[in-house]
Amino acid sequence: MADDDSERLRELSAMNLRFERMVPHNRALNLEVLALEHARATFRLPYDVKLIGNPETGVLHGGAITAAMDAACGTAVFQALPRPMVIATLDLRIDYLKPATPPRDVTIRAHCYKVTRSVAFVRGLAFHDDEADPIASGTGSFMLGTSSRRAPERE
Amino acid sequence: MTAQGPLIALIAAARRAGDISRLVEAVPYARFMGISAVVVEGELLGRLQFAGHLIGNPMLPALHGGVIGALLESTAIFQLMWETEAILLPRTITLTVDYLRSGRAVDTFARGVLTRQGRRVACVRVDAWQDDRSRPIAVASAHFLIESAGMPAPEQDG
Repeated sequence: MADDDSERLRELSAMNLRFERMVPHNRALNLEVLALEHARATFRLPYDVKLIGNPETGVLHGGAITAAMDAACGTAVFQALPRPMVIATLDLRIDYLKPATPPRDVTIRAHCYKVTRSVAFVRGLAFHDDEADPIASGTGSFMLGTSSRRAPERE
Repeated sequence: MTAQGPLIALIAAARRAGDISRLVEAVPYARFMGISAVVVEGELLGRLQFAGHLIGNPMLPALHGGVIGALLESTAIFQLMWETEAILLPRTITLTVDYLRSGRAVDTFARGVLTRQGRRVACVRVDAWQDDRSRPIAVASAHFLIESAGMPAPEQDG
């Protein structure tokens, strides 16, 4: 039983890893997947001069942290689902707790702590090395099983 | 951050000239994303020019949620720089984004409205849309730390 679970988690993680690497914006940010566990995902956002928001201090733009948070939270949801599903971000709140320190990389750790039939709830933290000294925290909810009928919204 | 940095000169020049675009171009992240500030019929809009690297879901395809968040946050900052006497870049405290529709592979626009400005904190609401302004793809509410001339510099712990 436990072996089945770990085998299933391995397959799920391998699939999600492949998917993350396909996402164009994740590639543009050079986002790396550091770890995938049950309902959890850890990403690294490497420091890059193209992501600077304040040219005077070299501090990363909040948008890059937001994108990395969204990606990590979404992947944590995928890691929590019993089977692959299309998901859509309903809302995402980011609290910026302190500026990232240039030129250090940022680690983002997300945990999907609740899955219901239709919605998944996620929390995430962005930090350099020490989770107890975070740069940003994120809270998101995701709609599950959204189909292409809803998504494109073409008139 | 020093009180005499080049950014402050750029902000002052942008306000004098009534043209925020040079200021935006000085931000590497805005260039990377294709985010610009445009004035249309007297309104300051944020514009995200579509590019393939902004896609988050290649199957639909749809814009990355973080990309839409970045446009909303940037537009709120443009509006603050435009409307307030801020001489330093406003610092985002919180950003809350509600995603209403998926962002298609076309240009996206956003408009920020300053809902409250205090001495230290300002609140901005932002809507983002694509072809039809009455059908927003996302809305956001954001709080910023703003420091005006004569105010002490914000704490810089990182």
